[in-house]
Amino acid sequence: MPKRFVSIWFRHLLTDWKTIRQPSLKNKAVVFAEPDHGRMVVTASNAIAEKHGVSEGMALADARIIARDLQVFDGKPGRNLKLLKGLAEWCLRYTPLVAMDPPAGLLLDVTGCTHLRGGELEYLKDMTDRLRTLGYDVRPGMADTIGCAWGVARCAESGLIVLAGAHRTALMPLPPSALRLPTDMLIKLQNLGMYRISSFIHMPKSVLRRRFGKDMVLRMLQALGQEEEFLLPLKEPVPYSERLACLEHVKTRPAIEHAVQTLLENLCKRLYSEGLGLRAATMTYYRIDGKNGSVSIGTNHPSHRVEHLYKLFNLTLDNVAPGMGIELFELDTTHTEPVSDKQSGLWAAKPAADSEEVAELLDRVAGKIGHTAIQRYLPAEHFWPERSAAQTRSIKKKPESDWRTDKPRPVQLLEPPEAIEATALTPDYPPVLFIYKGTKHEVKKADGPERIEREWWLEPGEHRDYYIAEDQDGRRYWIFRSGHYDGRQQGHWFLHGFFA
Amino acid sequence: MIAAKEDIIGKLRQDILRWEGFRPPKPGEGGSFDLGPVEEAFPNGVFPTGAIHEFISLCPEDTAASAAFIAGLVKTLLGHGGACLWISWSRRIYPPALKLFGVDPDRVVFVDVPLMKDVLWVAEEALKCEGVAAVICETAQMSFMESRRLQLAVECSHVTGFILRKEAHKLTTTACVSRWKITHAPSQLKRGMPGVGFPRWQVELLKVRNGNPGKWTVEWSKRRFNPVIIKKQQIKHLRRYA
Repeated sequence: MPKRFVSIWFRHLLTDWKTIRQPSLKNKAVVFAEPDHGRMVVTASNAIAEKHGVSEGMALADARIIARDLQVFDGKPGRNLKLLKGLAEWCLRYTPLVAMDPPAGLLLDVTGCTHLRGGELEYLKDMTDRLRTLGYDVRPGMADTIGCAWGVARCAESGLIVLAGAHRTALMPLPPSALRLPTDMLIKLQNLGMYRISSFIHMPKSVLRRRFGKDMVLRMLQALGQEEEFLLPLKEPVPYSERLACLEHVKTRPAIEHAVQTLLENLCKRLYSEGLGLRAATMTYYRIDGKNGSVSIGTNHPSHRVEHLYKLFNLTLDNVAPGMGIELFELDTTHTEPVSDKQSGLWAAKPAADSEEVAELLDRVAGKIGHTAIQRYLPAEHFWPERSAAQTRSIKKKPESDWRTDKPRPVQLLEPPEAIEATALTPDYPPVLFIYKGTKHEVKKADGPERIEREWWLEPGEHRDYYIAEDQDGRRYWIFRSGHYDGRQQGHWFLHGFFA
Repeated sequence: MIAAKEDIIGKLRQDILRWEGFRPPKPGEGGSFDLGPVEEAFPNGVFPTGAIHEFISLCPEDTAASAAFIAGLVKTLLGHGGACLWISWSRRIYPPALKLFGVDPDRVVFVDVPLMKDVLWVAEEALKCEGVAAVICETAQMSFMESRRLQLAVECSHVTGFILRKEAHKLTTTACVSRWKITHAPSQLKRGMPGVGFPRWQVELLKVRNGNPGKWTVEWSKRRFNPVIIKKQQIKHLRRYA
């Protein structure tokens, strides 16, 4: 399919933006000025100021003399990029491939998009009309190559839509500035009397390259479509993506739910036919007031079941703010995986049939309260109690070693350990009584010590001597003394857990 | 004639139990819980699976005892496959200890809910899922309506649910099948042996639907429950030395 590109030139991007904000400036000369080498220089001007003779690069003092009643605003470097980014996002409703073209333009790859709005003329007219209604003075150009569309938008008198294959003839009458050349090159061409592209386009490439450098030849070949040129899209295209444009603006919850259902049905049909399952997806909605937002879901195992995915989205729909109305929904899959027809078992000793149900349950829980809430533990090769179980998010990971059962461990572990007061008759013997939270516990039976050394290669500190202590009511505690007994210090004893 | 009447009454009793959600275990499905006399307290003498059990605890020590007792029950439930979810709001469970009570800690999925009000939502979703064998839910409050919702969820899905109510100073009416209270009992050692003995609990069934509440002492040893029956002579013996 032959490529088609649109270049949009915002003639007065910054001043138009200011005028939209302050409609009273509509019939006044407006300029933006920035300091440069100790003086104020005009960086952007509107049509009225230009009529007076103000141009970019002029000193502000001069401009004030030429144009009386000049409205001056402080310019900020990089503001045009911010504006362009917003406008490029707005243009995503026309095509998924939009690139910024600083200082004041956008480039769109519209291949295969124009018929959706009834042809190239209607497509371009719709886009420019809406931009003009917003208040931007735009000039579009459409051609087979990026370079030609750029040149036509900026320099052509008429014929802004160059027919397929006609870009060479369209370029002929244009001035050299239509080729995206630097200013010094343009002055050189001017001095040589080359006012039209047609006056040098037939020259041998080697001659042009010797005199003007290889960049100029490259630009010319790009405009003619003899050299490949690529757009750097604002948003990476996603391989599995669905779009749903709404004729009527959508505001109500049932309508949004219906839109999500429709998108998922289309997407899942595609995924199913290619044997893929969805792991993560994002739904973006575009509102008519130019704002947009998105909601995301993730699954624990690849799935192409509409009901399940719809349930996950349904939990997040509370965060969708339709405002004045939504005109476009877009569903992008950010992560897909091949799905096996028969799911392998979640855990070894388990029938395979129910693993999918559990994974879907965990997806729903994660959708409601967040992914971080779901934990599993695998054995870790550490004696230190806090480290002997390793957390994992995956529900499929299998333990690499066995759980240790040779030492008693408490069912409940306090983190961090709580300080207690304890009395031991002899050093290195279990305490005879301890006080925890103001309650006195007499130790009737005890076992220990079990010394656990701190892993010095991970953290510094004292070792611990653990005792199991059973009090007068049969309650059991895991208490430890930190470090060696030295007879002086109090607060050496800690309670670390409760046994069953 | 009298015998026929008793048959009819017995049959009606069974019907009522079935309507109330008690089902006799399918052949080959019900593993033994080794609870002996405790199981006798339940209708038909079978520990009801596919129902909600409530455990109350007043202090963290009791919570530890209840958690271990539940783990001992879950061990049998997991014997036939399925997942186990441990839903809590402020969790202190130390996973490696579950292995001592026969549950593989890596088969348990822990859900740490940041807000307490979401605990019961997650529990209900989990109880509706048929691939789950057991759900343990730690919470502080549960109203009658919430317990009813959970009970209705398990009646369809046959999942067994355990509600562990921490700091339950106020007891409210619930729709649960039973209400347990597990407290510590002093362990017994063979005469002259040092150290501490096997975990031993005072198991109290405060409420059983269609059953008989009671009080027993149960010990966990040799990887199973061992109900301790204190013989009359021993009581006399103990009294003498008390």
